[in-house]
Amino acid sequence: MAEALVSVTINGRRHALWGEETEVLLTVLRDRLGLTGTKNGCEVGHCGACAVWVDGLPQLACLTLLGSVADRTVTTVEGLAGWWRTLNGNDAYHPLQTAFVDNGAVQCGFCTPGMLMAGAALVRDRPGATAEAVRESLAGHLCRCTGYEQIVRAVLDVAAREEDPA
Amino acid sequence: MTVPTAERITAPATRLAGPRIDAWAKVTGQALYADDIRWPNLAYGVLLRSPHAHARIVSMDLEPARRMPGVLAVLAGPGSVAPYGIMPSTQDEHALAVNKVVHVGEPVAAIAAETREAAAAAARAAAVQYAVIKPVLRPGPGKGQVEPVHPEHPQGNLFKQVDLEFGEVEAAFFDSWVREDSFFYQGNNHGAMEPHAAVAYWTPDGQVEIVTSTQTPHYVQRELSRALGIPAYKIRVRASVVGGGFGGKSEAFGHEVAAVLLSRACGRPVKITLTREEVFYTHRGRHPVSMRVRTAWNPAGELQAMDFRSELDGGAYSSYGIATTYYTGALQPVTYRIPAYRFHGERWYTTKPPCGPKRGHGTTQPRALVEIHLDRVARALGLDPLELRRRNLTPPHSITVNQLEVTTSGLAECLDAVEAMSDWRARRLQPEPNRGLGVACSAYLSGAGLPIYWNPLPHSGVRMAVNRDGGVQVFCGLTDIGQGADTVLAVLTAHALGLDPARIRVHTADTGSTPVDLGSYSSRVTMMAGHAVLMAAERMAALVTEAVAARQGVALGEVRREQEGFWGADGVIAWEQAVQWAEAAHGPLTTFGGYTPPPPIGRYKGSGVGPSPTYSFSACVADVSVDPVTGQVAVHRLWVAHDLGQPLHPSLVEGQVRGGVVMGLGEALMEEQAFNPDGRHRGPHFLGYRMPTILDVPPIEVALVGEPDPRGPLGAKEVGQGPLNPVIPAVLNAISAAAGVDLSETPATPDRILRALKTQPQRRTI
Ligand code: FES
Ligand code: FES
Repeated sequence: MAEALVSVTINGRRHALWGEETEVLLTVLRDRLGLTGTKNGCEVGHCGACAVWVDGLPQLACLTLLGSVADRTVTTVEGLAGWWRTLNGNDAYHPLQTAFVDNGAVQCGFCTPGMLMAGAALVRDRPGATAEAVRESLAGHLCRCTGYEQIVRAVLDVAAREEDPA
Repeated sequence: MTVPTAERITAPATRLAGPRIDAWAKVTGQALYADDIRWPNLAYGVLLRSPHAHARIVSMDLEPARRMPGVLAVLAGPGSVAPYGIMPSTQDEHALAVNKVVHVGEPVAAIAAETREAAAAAARAAAVQYAVIKPVLRPGPGKGQVEPVHPEHPQGNLFKQVDLEFGEVEAAFFDSWVREDSFFYQGNNHGAMEPHAAVAYWTPDGQVEIVTSTQTPHYVQRELSRALGIPAYKIRVRASVVGGGFGGKSEAFGHEVAAVLLSRACGRPVKITLTREEVFYTHRGRHPVSMRVRTAWNPAGELQAMDFRSELDGGAYSSYGIATTYYTGALQPVTYRIPAYRFHGERWYTTKPPCGPKRGHGTTQPRALVEIHLDRVARALGLDPLELRRRNLTPPHSITVNQLEVTTSGLAECLDAVEAMSDWRARRLQPEPNRGLGVACSAYLSGAGLPIYWNPLPHSGVRMAVNRDGGVQVFCGLTDIGQGADTVLAVLTAHALGLDPARIRVHTADTGSTPVDLGSYSSRVTMMAGHAVLMAAERMAALVTEAVAARQGVALGEVRREQEGFWGADGVIAWEQAVQWAEAAHGPLTTFGGYTPPPPIGRYKGSGVGPSPTYSFSACVADVSVDPVTGQVAVHRLWVAHDLGQPLHPSLVEGQVRGGVVMGLGEALMEEQAFNPDGRHRGPHFLGYRMPTILDVPPIEVALVGEPDPRGPLGAKEVGQGPLNPVIPAVLNAISAAAGVDLSETPATPDRILRALKTQPQRRTI
């Protein structure tokens, strides 16, 4: 284990973090940076609540070591709207955030950040994704409240719109 | 794999809509759950827990822990000044164990440090010597038992026994056709995605501030008062944003008491967040229950009598155990008309994590057996299972044999709906191999008729204020645990006052600023807080309308609303203007509303468990295939009909139904809180304890039926718990129809199904 200065861009802002390279990204985000939007449901990779993007790909923050994100970019639920705004030059929220609100996809909301990060990657990479693809992409994310249906609806909604931006 | 398509929701017209008021905070990461809270100078607490199920604490050396870097305080048992517990008559818990431990994971010491990691390291440095005692793993008198769980308890391990009898039971059994069945319902965990957490501060002037992930701030305040030995008014309990409850956060826990005590010891606010493993030890989940039912029938297929016995494995402490025990017998007569009924229930202490209330509290287990039993009766009598149920429904507007008052019932319509949606008749006439349909019914409370501790006060209170800016503030102790209670409060206020919901701000779940609401349990919030807020709103509307009438010099009856404001002699009077006239006349505008359920009509010991202002009803049909080689079950589709009276908010209602149905599916097929012979949990994590993922969920079609109930706010009944109950027996009955064998326990895992296929002669499937 080595202490090191790790440079990482989180939600568009560069951080120089001094710490053990084996420190867990989830703890860094929540306890050191106060980015508590990313949730800890199990700490060991079973629930999906802690999903963030590392260089744009969904990854479980509870299984990600600080050293492994050196010189990379991390996006959390707090940065999702910012990422979308930069991409589109507007002041909108990410359409999946709106779709979650409109479709009743949020109940207690604890699974929501992880679901959003997984879902937003899917609609970005696979516009027009089928219900089956949506379900497969969310399979590692437990939700105890919703029965998942309204979440699937929200993602499908956006996936359909992304395909046909009319 | 099948993919959900065109799933229907059919429903009577709903009155209120719009997104949840907390949805945006939750999709942007702004919502503060308890572990997200960081008060200035915050310290972190951890609990040192017992690795043994049953042991005497021989010695504890906490000095090494105290010497670890960053450690601020180290405490050992009992912590609390008096034993506490949710039911006033069975208070048997301490924050930290005294002398002996009675389940794996029981807290024995608490440590506060600068960081979570430092506190955890200190916990590892503490040295506790245990003398291990043989664990008590099964309910019952316990052969070869070395020591009872609580040696001071007068009845050994028997926590509670209850016996009830109504009508001429023996006579009914004397010359009727009789059938008897037994079943074991395995225990399971709530699995709320947010682990419990609490932040507490013992202020320098001796007050307590605590923000915690709880369903019941009022009860937590009462229990903390007892555990800490300080008056309740010095304790302010607030619920954080709660990441799911399902019954698992409905009482005070050791970590809440310990956080307060650590704060007192170190002079700083202290946060304790449980790990997922600790949640399984804190538990209070569904009781494992062994049950037996005997019923007597006349030749017309009408139920003459029921004799029901349940034996609950309570775990190490009381929790809600008395209520749970009664609930395993209370609602059978609400679903079906039972002229004579006998119930015997017993709950036993064992050295496992304490069981408590989980969604469907104590009614889920007996519901499973009753519905499985009815299918076997139907088979024996040569009747369609749907038809047998239809002949025996409890009629609307009736009083059950155990003195429960039923108002509206849409159960017959529920059966019609699931029959039609599933194409029941046609599909039963043309069965496919290894595939079957199963049906089940259920009923549930819309709020417990009595509070946990006896008192004659309102169960829910609302204080409403209207400011001169035209905004409305609603104060109510209710707690949003994810079900959307805050939203219901806001939309009901907007509806009753004829205002844009954007004007409404709700302040909830804070014993320091809101009138008492007993909490989010027993499906009581919409019913009770709903009535309270409608009353407060009606009074507020009267104050404002009177002021408009006085200013305009017209009779009260002549005042007419126009959009958010009023019609006046010189055009529209804005709501703000009307409000200011009212404030000028009355001073700051404040009104109150309260709700107390109708008094129960039963007058026997135990009659306090079961009464409710009204009951919801549900029915479910499941379509499953069973692979006879692997024992794997594929659930093709579920159809659920629920009578919740008048639905108030369509997307919240849909979310409750679907969430409950999927939780039921998990209980039927995979969820199991099981233990090794030494009392250790078999898998205190989400790999060992399997819950439905999105890939486990089949298409689910939902129908909402029924009529507005005169007892409900705007006619509404409950939806948070009822839809779970029929799913488990519907799935089990479908498995039985598909495989041609009967199951005797949950969950219906492949190994259990294969065992049944090996040991039972296979029936010809219908
Ligand atoms: S917290 Fe990372 S998967 Fe559960
Ligand atoms: S909304 Fe509660 S866990 Fe998904």
